[in-house]
Amino acid sequence: MLQIALTILIYLILVIPAGVYVYHIAAGKHTFADPVFNRVDGAIYKVCGVNPKNGMNWKKYAVSLVITNGIMILLGYIILRIQSIGLFNPNGIGAMEESLSFNTIISFMTNTNLQHYSGESGLSNLSQMLVITFMMFVSAASGYAACIAFIRGLAGRTKDNVGNFFVDLVRITTRVLLPFSIIGGLLLVWQGVPQNFSGNVVVDTIEGTKQVIAMGPVAALEIIKHLGTNGGGFLGANSATPIENPTIISNLIELYSMMLLPGACVITFGKMVRDRKRDLAAAVVADDAAAAIPQIEGRESLTARIFGREGRSIFAAMGILFLIGLGVCFWAESQGNPALAEVGLAQSMGSMEGKEVRFGIAQSAMFTTTTTSFTTGTVNNMHDTLTPLGGMIPLLHMMLNVVFGGKGVGLMNMITYAILAVFICGLMIGRTPEYLGKKIEGREMKLAALCIIIHPLLILTFSALAVATPDGLAGITNPGYHGLSQVLYEFASSAANNGSGFEGLADNTLFWNITTGLVMFFGRYLPIVLQLAIAGSLMKKRFVSESAGTLHTDTMSFAVILVFVVYIFAALTFFPALALGPVAEHLTLWA
Amino acid sequence: MKESVKSILHSARQTIGVTVILMLVCGLLFPGLLTGLSALIFPHQADGNLLTVNGQTVGAEYVGQEFTEDYYMWSRPSAYHYNVYVEGEDGKLYYNDGTEFPGIGSGSNNYAATNPALTERVEADIKAFLEKNPGVKREDIPTDLLTASGSGLDPHISPASAEIQIPRIAEASGLTEEEIEDIVSENTQGKVFGVFGEETVNVLKVNIEIAQRMGIL
Repeated sequence: MLQIALTILIYLILVIPAGVYVYHIAAGKHTFADPVFNRVDGAIYKVCGVNPKNGMNWKKYAVSLVITNGIMILLGYIILRIQSIGLFNPNGIGAMEESLSFNTIISFMTNTNLQHYSGESGLSNLSQMLVITFMMFVSAASGYAACIAFIRGLAGRTKDNVGNFFVDLVRITTRVLLPFSIIGGLLLVWQGVPQNFSGNVVVDTIEGTKQVIAMGPVAALEIIKHLGTNGGGFLGANSATPIENPTIISNLIELYSMMLLPGACVITFGKMVRDRKRDLAAAVVADDAAAAIPQIEGRESLTARIFGREGRSIFAAMGILFLIGLGVCFWAESQGNPALAEVGLAQSMGSMEGKEVRFGIAQSAMFTTTTTSFTTGTVNNMHDTLTPLGGMIPLLHMMLNVVFGGKGVGLMNMITYAILAVFICGLMIGRTPEYLGKKIEGREMKLAALCIIIHPLLILTFSALAVATPDGLAGITNPGYHGLSQVLYEFASSAANNGSGFEGLADNTLFWNITTGLVMFFGRYLPIVLQLAIAGSLMKKRFVSESAGTLHTDTMSFAVILVFVVYIFAALTFFPALALGPVAEHLTLWA
Repeated sequence: MKESVKSILHSARQTIGVTVILMLVCGLLFPGLLTGLSALIFPHQADGNLLTVNGQTVGAEYVGQEFTEDYYMWSRPSAYHYNVYVEGEDGKLYYNDGTEFPGIGSGSNNYAATNPALTERVEADIKAFLEKNPGVKREDIPTDLLTASGSGLDPHISPASAEIQIPRIAEASGLTEEEIEDIVSENTQGKVFGVFGEETVNVLKVNIEIAQRMGIL
């Protein structure tokens, strides 16, 4: 317990400077490193013919994002298909098969990193770098760019300019992801993660047998895998392997690097919205100079100053959801497995099947909850072997898809829920709903509802398809209720762009490669486009001034309302499926 | 007409240009730079923390190994047998238990808590363990020793799992129990700052020292 509390406390301290830095990048403000980066970025803009002063409206921004991602998919697909060439291929890996290549490339472009291949045998070092590592940078940067555009829309400084996609993409990569990756990557190597271009090493053991040990540019992939909330491992067993994650310190580095930027995103949001409020207040002061004295400053509490008032309530709501999930997961895993206790294996250590000794129950539960809340998908233990309720938490958090969430996308989802929450509250108090000073009307509600409905629709429809067809059923490897959990988990992970798996599922088949590929694609791009449309529509509206009937969205009570709205919505859509999967399994196990 | 062609060409240049440049920077330059820096600052770690005894590489510090001899400490069960194999007479590669070695891998069997295959495996392992360690009571076997790790490559066992094997190792190796206890405690790592992680015993390092004391290495 103590180590979980300390782990979270350290996170809360780390996220603040990261948030401030990312805010400076997103808002185009000065940072200490500008002299270097301005030159680098300037050179890239020049070569590509990007004019950083040219803004885009939301439509153009969305189209640029989708087309650029499309080009990246095409290039990456080609490399996967020809990876058998002798370049950076010390282990002689062959070309990747079509349906698996399709699945893999969609998976990495959409920041999902669902892996139907095993890194040891499926990818050459060339693909690990030029496709996997590259995609980990740009998919994260694309998501973050979309989020920043979304925030710009909500903060509403202009009527239609949400920024320039190419500029955002480049700035986030060069100023945030690359420098953080170099520092973090070196820290991982210090802890013992290999970083070389050699082939696998075969050693003669002291028992006279042989052992083959994986090598390669692991640390480079490892750090951006977490920083970019990507999650796809260099090796099959991901961050559970001592090669990717050798010590408890490397585990903490990986944990914090995946938590840092999504949290920073909320701070960025809070600060950008506050900037707009200040501008507005300044305008009021200018209008009737004598009357209004700036009141925003000074009275604010410490947390409001750090997170911004609107950011604080969003961060609090996410934090509450996270802590509840973490508590349940930790408790469930500590209980152990009664089936093993029955055959005489003491369970006082908790359920250790599928877990590493160096991480134990506490850090495994922490990592599991984090990876599915922040939609990373990296695992330091095998989720398929979690106890039924312990495994329900990662499943649930991917279904919610708002608990911090991946690069930016989680914040966009949460704000969609916030719009839903103000709408519901607006109905209850009989006022026109407003959020961030803008009226929420029919068009926004339709878009928000559509956006929220896509996620469960994808998960449940495709799960139904899988359990109704022989090709789908063939993938299930655990008997009983757990089989349904495996199917639900795979599609929840795809739709949430998470990428972790109940890895027992035999998923490298045509059926699973194509269906999950489609779910990942729609689960990524449909919400992003719809959310940008919401921002585009809100931008055009005039600010309404606050009145006595305005629902304040910057309070703790709004955070609690938000938590309830998220849970109620989840209960309505997913409870029947969860009852048939993990809940039924739990009841039979403990009966 | 001309304007629209021009604007499409301009967009294409931006899209393709940014893609190619970022691919080279993130996919080649970054891993290359990190490899160079690592080789300079942390050469041992960058090359995979290989352990060498008398000039011969016998394993890696953070990759577990499967041990079968009674005088060695045993690791946790692994679905991939820690990628340890022997060459058969027919030229094929086999795991220690006689099944064919399909090539390097990692992971676990992914048995759900309710899967009967899990209880069966554990039951068989308990039986085998008790046979080889006659002094041990069934309820004293620590959980980690007979459950498979997530990676199948876990280099560690808990101190309790090490302690319970000491009488067997002492008898089979001819070393005294005190000697082995010393070796174990030398290779036990505590929690970081006394808080983070768990106490662990590195099995491979323990066994290298046992072999050296026995004079077989």
